[in-house]
Amino acid sequence: MDRRSFLTAIGTPPPVSAAKAHYRVADRTNTSLKEYSGPWTETEISHLLKRTMFGSTKTDIKYFKNKTMIQAVDELLAPASPLPAPPVKDYDTTGVTTPDTNIAAGTTWVNDTNNDGTIQSRRRAAFKKWWMGLLINQDRSIREKMTLFLHNHFSTETNDVGNAQYIFKHHAMLRANALGNFKTITRQVAIDPAMLVYLNGQYNTATAPDENFGRELQELFCCGKGPDSLYTEADVKAAAKVLTGWRNNATLISSFFDSTKHDTGNKQFSAFYGNTVITGKTGATAGDLELDALINMIFSANEVAKYICRRIYRWFVYYDIDVAVENNVIQPLADIFRKNNYEIKPVLNALLKSEHFYDAFNQGCLIKSPLDLVIGFCRELNIQFPASADYVNNYGLWNGLLSFASNMQQNLGDPPDISGWKAYYQSPQFYEIWINSDTLPKRNQFTDQLTLSGYTFGGKKIQVDSVAIANTVSDPSDPNILLDEIIALMFRMPLSSAVKSQIKKDILLGGQVTDNYWTTAWIDYNANPNNTANATIVKNRLRDLFKYLMNLAEYQLS
Amino acid sequence: MKRRQFVKDTLASGVVLPGILGGFSVRAFSEDAAFVKALMAPSTDNDHVLVLIQLTGGNDGLNTVIPLEVYSNYVNARTNIAIPENKVLTLAGTKKLGLHPAMTGLQSLFNEGKATIVESVGYPSPSFSHFRATDIWMSASDSSQVVDSGWAGRYLNYEYPNFPNGYPNSTMTDPLAIQIGSITSLTLQGPAVSMGMSISNTSNFYNFLNGSTGPAPATPAGKELSYIREIAQQTQQYATVIKDAAGKVTQQIVYPSGNTLGDQLKIVARLIKGGLHTRVYMVTFGSFDTHAQQANAADTSTGTHAVLLQKVSDAIKAFQDDLKFLGVEDRVVGMTFSEFGRRIKSNASGGTDHGAAAPLFVFGKQVLPGVIGNAPPLPANATVNDNLPFQYDFRSVYATLLENWLCVPNKDLQTIMLKNFQTLPLVNTAACKTVNPNNSGDNLISNYPNPFTTSTTISFTTAGGHTLIQVIDMTGRVISNLVDREYTPGKYKVTFNGGTLPTGVYYARLQNMSVQQVRAMIKVQ
Repeated sequence: MDRRSFLTAIGTPPPVSAAKAHYRVADRTNTSLKEYSGPWTETEISHLLKRTMFGSTKTDIKYFKNKTMIQAVDELLAPASPLPAPPVKDYDTTGVTTPDTNIAAGTTWVNDTNNDGTIQSRRRAAFKKWWMGLLINQDRSIREKMTLFLHNHFSTETNDVGNAQYIFKHHAMLRANALGNFKTITRQVAIDPAMLVYLNGQYNTATAPDENFGRELQELFCCGKGPDSLYTEADVKAAAKVLTGWRNNATLISSFFDSTKHDTGNKQFSAFYGNTVITGKTGATAGDLELDALINMIFSANEVAKYICRRIYRWFVYYDIDVAVENNVIQPLADIFRKNNYEIKPVLNALLKSEHFYDAFNQGCLIKSPLDLVIGFCRELNIQFPASADYVNNYGLWNGLLSFASNMQQNLGDPPDISGWKAYYQSPQFYEIWINSDTLPKRNQFTDQLTLSGYTFGGKKIQVDSVAIANTVSDPSDPNILLDEIIALMFRMPLSSAVKSQIKKDILLGGQVTDNYWTTAWIDYNANPNNTANATIVKNRLRDLFKYLMNLAEYQLS
Repeated sequence: MKRRQFVKDTLASGVVLPGILGGFSVRAFSEDAAFVKALMAPSTDNDHVLVLIQLTGGNDGLNTVIPLEVYSNYVNARTNIAIPENKVLTLAGTKKLGLHPAMTGLQSLFNEGKATIVESVGYPSPSFSHFRATDIWMSASDSSQVVDSGWAGRYLNYEYPNFPNGYPNSTMTDPLAIQIGSITSLTLQGPAVSMGMSISNTSNFYNFLNGSTGPAPATPAGKELSYIREIAQQTQQYATVIKDAAGKVTQQIVYPSGNTLGDQLKIVARLIKGGLHTRVYMVTFGSFDTHAQQANAADTSTGTHAVLLQKVSDAIKAFQDDLKFLGVEDRVVGMTFSEFGRRIKSNASGGTDHGAAAPLFVFGKQVLPGVIGNAPPLPANATVNDNLPFQYDFRSVYATLLENWLCVPNKDLQTIMLKNFQTLPLVNTAACKTVNPNNSGDNLISNYPNPFTTSTTISFTTAGGHTLIQVIDMTGRVISNLVDREYTPGKYKVTFNGGTLPTGVYYARLQNMSVQQVRAMIKVQ
């Protein structure tokens, strides 16, 4: 069947028994990694952008319209901007026992050691605000989506780690490797100070082994819990022994190997790892040598590439991996992953250029995460923040947005636990976990507030500028064009003509039936924008339109 | 495939409830719960309901209520559409006016003493723009002024000052206001948040009762869309109380078919009888924008406008009869309004252009029946620019209904209406038991003294983190950012000095991360 024609026909499928429609198992698809050769229109560009970035802005869509699909994916996979400057001191030190007064306001604290609990807490907060700012100001690349993927995959919680410098260092490592080598990242994570705190690796010694990291390394980071993931409890214990002896130095903000705490015996692994024995080593280099051996052994297991590719698939495409997807997409991706020695980019390259990725069945089915919603909202509706030099107010506003997303159950920097956010692993609900009786109204509340009254910090308000958005439409004076283009900006699926005409009449025409009433109102406003009455007419209708559309279920899909 | 049917059904995107904010973790209690009933008792003694019927497009008042007293001037002004005198429906107790022949339903309500006509309702310097005039009617502003909240929204903010924080709760389990339509209109907009919920259309209401989410494509996107719609229905905070209320009413009288106003009012009657404590319902019907061919040339008592008026009249009659049948007639008063009337002189296309003042209807068992005002003074030779002068300010109608029906104490009317307006003899005041604001929910901001002359102290509660207190005027302009910084959780006070401000209504707005609350403050001399 022609998948594309299915998507465009979304408004007119055969009527189904409405009450039970959603219990149907949705049809899936047999498309593969074969390179996509279909049309390259705003539909496909928007799909690519929404999945690889946070929201698809009109500017980005326009930019990629002049490129081919191949060029677009190549560009998204090659971030042009340098790694960002580190988070700065946006906090005051009132009431702090050991203030970091040597750090000037607005300069970074990441190289300054300070063990004061209050200072650490304010730095953690600054780190999170800073990250939110990076998400909002992302460049035209996949970097932020991949960094967040790695944060979800190698999950840590800032509240548990505590030391803000460790947290930043850990984050900077993930960010720098966002399109790098997965095996390298895993090795770095294993002795990363933040992870050594988070999973107690720093207390893992020959006399008192702590299996926490050794377990998650296999269960969550590399092998997963799929039917072919057959590592054993003995493997968990053996891995823990390999990793004994790693410690943190809170002054140097780095980990180090203490050979006196290391288990020097041989470590026997199961048949899942080919009955590998990692020979016990001694001395200062033992930790690195055994860790290398452990990582090499794990990544030689066939399952690892499949598991990581499934995780990537669920992040970028859809959560339902049926037999066809496993055979046509996951296994070939895993082959690419292995063949390229676990470089991430070739996998993303194959996936994002595939006919499977652009398959109509895979469009519009991803429920936005809270960050997708909040950041996408800011970017697609071009929310204006203060000038970048005004870090105090920007940090304050980013913090407000963080708290909105956090209320919707995605707290950046603090996933619920080591497994990351449930939406990406908890079967059978997956993404649907994001939407419940508590969070859906909060999503609506967020879009309502940012549309209606805005969010104010330091006298600076962020709010939807409805007239500015309308002005990006090809002909905002025509209510039909206005509605169509705004819907295309916000939704991944069309609304039926009946719904559209009801919205047009109820909102843009104020109950009238003649399009000209909107046209006149728009022209009158533009002829004299300082006339409050004319401006209010236009602004209130647009405000109501945006608010209404963002309250529809369609807005939650990406 | 029945394409038309499908297209119709795609409207069913669930009961869409934009504008309900806060308190989402609180599940609505079933009002059957005994403890809820016990708790409910002290909240308010007033169980009155106000139903607002918006006739969109600008109803031609002169052809709705025909000024028999000046009939010859009326015919002169609009020969091509004038209703023949012998067809005008007579009204008991008056010879000055009569109704359009299509309005037999309203005629019988009037003659039963259940309807009042207020003549020539308008306001100074009327606007002839649909949008602007609608905003004026909904916000109850002066013509020269832009107010960004609605009059009924301000009333609800007065009676339920803490909404939406801590709502629904045991003393107000139900929506404060319900509108049938895609959006909650400006009428129901409070100073910060919308005070109403909307049911996007009548068929969505029945889908909601049936647990249907409407059709979706058989794709993964369709599966997720249905899932989200289902959650939207189930977990919208008032789903339980609305379903319970609707479920209690198994029999209603027959409403006229093919009448969308009747369809809407039928739902309103059902929810009132079902026991919702919702104060205000709003329904809309149109379009009355009859620029051309509003009446058939061969018989001017028929045609587009006649059909519209008949639907309005039939729907209101059925609604009133249903309220009687359901035994809730004493609790309900309704009113019609339209953004303007139409020009005295008809145009050459057999229609009427945008005008000014027009009559409106107030109906219900508790209305004081009759006609308020005189037949409009029509010039003998009306010219194209002649308009009806207003006899009553529309805000007098609102103020009267607020004071005499929704039982707001006179001293507090200005908080809602922004100015003082005359009271009209519209409803039986004996039915009123004075209400006090319902302080349920989470009170996060208040001020004392209120009203104030020079300064007032604002007390607020923050849950910690960034906290903002703004003073905003009734046009939405920020007068002052009084507080804008990080706080530890607790109660705080700040003084607002407003000595140099003009007298009037101001709002103190609290924004604490994702929570907001607004309190009205009155500055007096």
